[in-house]
Amino acid sequence: MKYLAQRVIHAMALLLAISFFSFALLQLAPGDYFDSMRLNPQISSQALAGMRSQYGLDQPLPIRYERWLTALLHGQLGVSFASRGPVGPVLRLRARNTLVLSGTATLFAWLLALPIGIWSATKRNGWADRFWGLATSALLTVPDLVVFLGLLLLAIRTGWFPTGGMRTEATDGLGYWSDAKDLARHLILPALAVALVSVPILIRHIRAAMVEALESPFLRAARGHGIANSRLLFRYALPAASNPLISLAGFSVATMLSASALAEIVLGWPGLGPLLVESILSKDIYLVVAIVMLSSVFLVAGNLLADLLLFASDPRIRVE
Amino acid sequence: MTHRHKLWAALALLVCLHALVFFAGFFAPYDFAAQNRDLTFAPPTRIHFLDAAGNFHARPFVYGLKNDPTSADGYAVDQARVYPMRFFSRGSAYRFGRVLPSGLHLFGVDDPGRLFLMGTDAFGRDQFSCFLYGGRISLMAGWIAAALSLLIGIIVGTLAGFYGGWIDQILMRGGELFLALPWLYLLFAVRAELPLHIAGWQVFLLLVAVMGLVGWARPARLIRGVVLSAKERNFVLAARGFGASDMHVICRHVLPQTYGVILTQITLLIPQYVLAEVTLSFLGLGASEPIPSWGTQLAALQQYYVLSSFWWMFLPAILLVPVFLLYYAAADALQERLASVPL
Repeated sequence: MKYLAQRVIHAMALLLAISFFSFALLQLAPGDYFDSMRLNPQISSQALAGMRSQYGLDQPLPIRYERWLTALLHGQLGVSFASRGPVGPVLRLRARNTLVLSGTATLFAWLLALPIGIWSATKRNGWADRFWGLATSALLTVPDLVVFLGLLLLAIRTGWFPTGGMRTEATDGLGYWSDAKDLARHLILPALAVALVSVPILIRHIRAAMVEALESPFLRAARGHGIANSRLLFRYALPAASNPLISLAGFSVATMLSASALAEIVLGWPGLGPLLVESILSKDIYLVVAIVMLSSVFLVAGNLLADLLLFASDPRIRVE
Repeated sequence: MTHRHKLWAALALLVCLHALVFFAGFFAPYDFAAQNRDLTFAPPTRIHFLDAAGNFHARPFVYGLKNDPTSADGYAVDQARVYPMRFFSRGSAYRFGRVLPSGLHLFGVDDPGRLFLMGTDAFGRDQFSCFLYGGRISLMAGWIAAALSLLIGIIVGTLAGFYGGWIDQILMRGGELFLALPWLYLLFAVRAELPLHIAGWQVFLLLVAVMGLVGWARPARLIRGVVLSAKERNFVLAARGFGASDMHVICRHVLPQTYGVILTQITLLIPQYVLAEVTLSFLGLGASEPIPSWGTQLAALQQYYVLSSFWWMFLPAILLVPVFLLYYAAADALQERLASVPL
């Protein structure tokens, strides 16, 4: 229990620190959204000052941070200047899309990496191991951007996948089942892309963890007792190797989020990534900060979840 | 091939790559800004040794292009116009190694003819020349940002590892903040602080500096680990016993032990920052159009019609792969070599 409390406190402290960082970011930004309006002869300086005070931009710093933080605690992330409305609703929709994408990609990646990693570990230094080692190295050297562009090229040239967006207008509202099918068709390409760039690291770590478990003395003893190979692998080695793998799952949330942000932009999935670029281009600073904060919340939540899983799966942690 | 050979091969190839990019003016047949408005989206020029009659020519040559609305890419080869290739030819003026005014190019063809090794873009600019010139910006961005991150990483890591206690706590907790955010989001967040249009050199350098500032936490952590074990070594303890100052111990005894980590970090950080610059420029948040960079070159691929109709526009993306491969191979070989040589 103490372990869990520690993890939660750590996560909260990290989030608070990130909120400071984000607010500092808000304040450091040179100029604000209304600066571009100053050049407009149709907007008087009084009107501008009025708008500034309406958004609280004329208040001193500590008050602004306090207001911002209380609003944050009430679940309000500020106002988007560009859409003249609260950030929340826009953000919620985009965040959901990002979660759908990175969730599916995570699923794909682990479904792909687990068998390959275990296969490589059992046939260590065999041809399968060498092949997958080479394949992961090759995939690691290709920059994410190039992988995404290559997949986009493939999709455009072959027409196997729809490119851009998440649904086709024509089939919209034809019932729950056809909507889901349409969504899946659009989801496959970006999810595959994100999975593809995150899978090599997973394979490497899974292989390393499995090799370590397979070479440990208790497993040799079990083998000596004549336990069947498949039982040895899944009942004995895999649980022993799961500890580092669960930590890895927590860490890989960060790479997954970065990769899916870029994939969303290149492959046209309406998630947080494109929204972030748009908001930077329109200097919509509250939106930028809200998105960055949200990404860190996802990350912290992912790590916390991994810690929880670790707590559930590893008796050593529970005893401590 | 031993570790040593692998390392030297990777390093030699890396030097070649940088020489290619640094002397882009000499190796590129055209200036990066030279436009051929009548040859937009021209396919890569084929270099021939055999003419139409089947005769062999020792000096390779290229044919001219003419507009042909019936062909897929809008051009047809005009076999009536033959332009022999010239080596060490005179062409557009540039500064050799950025200093010496020169007009010498490694290769080229006589004037109305054009030689596009990788085709042309929407403005009829030679993609091969653009790639070489673009490497200057992208690689330089990688080097400067990596140097900056490492500098901060060394200072912070040494302070944290050497002094420990609350200094260590504050510095490493601060670093955790940078590690806790997904790097792309962090990069974008800090990018939002800078002016939108990055045209001038000063602003570009500022952008690179920001990229470097974002990534100091990882090298700092690694260096801290090495310093922690280094300061307990016997010769360090002996030096302190003789009354050596902290500064002396750090510079003479502790820092030299971190060189292995620093070297491998250099080879890992540079490609990471090159990629950061490419990504930012690709999205229109980094170097912008008149400045050639690998990112701005790839940005053309954001248009679907470019991807679907002009395959050679994808060549720069493919050429990026060997660049990254070289850096990672060097990092790999370095790591193996350092592991096999005891400190």
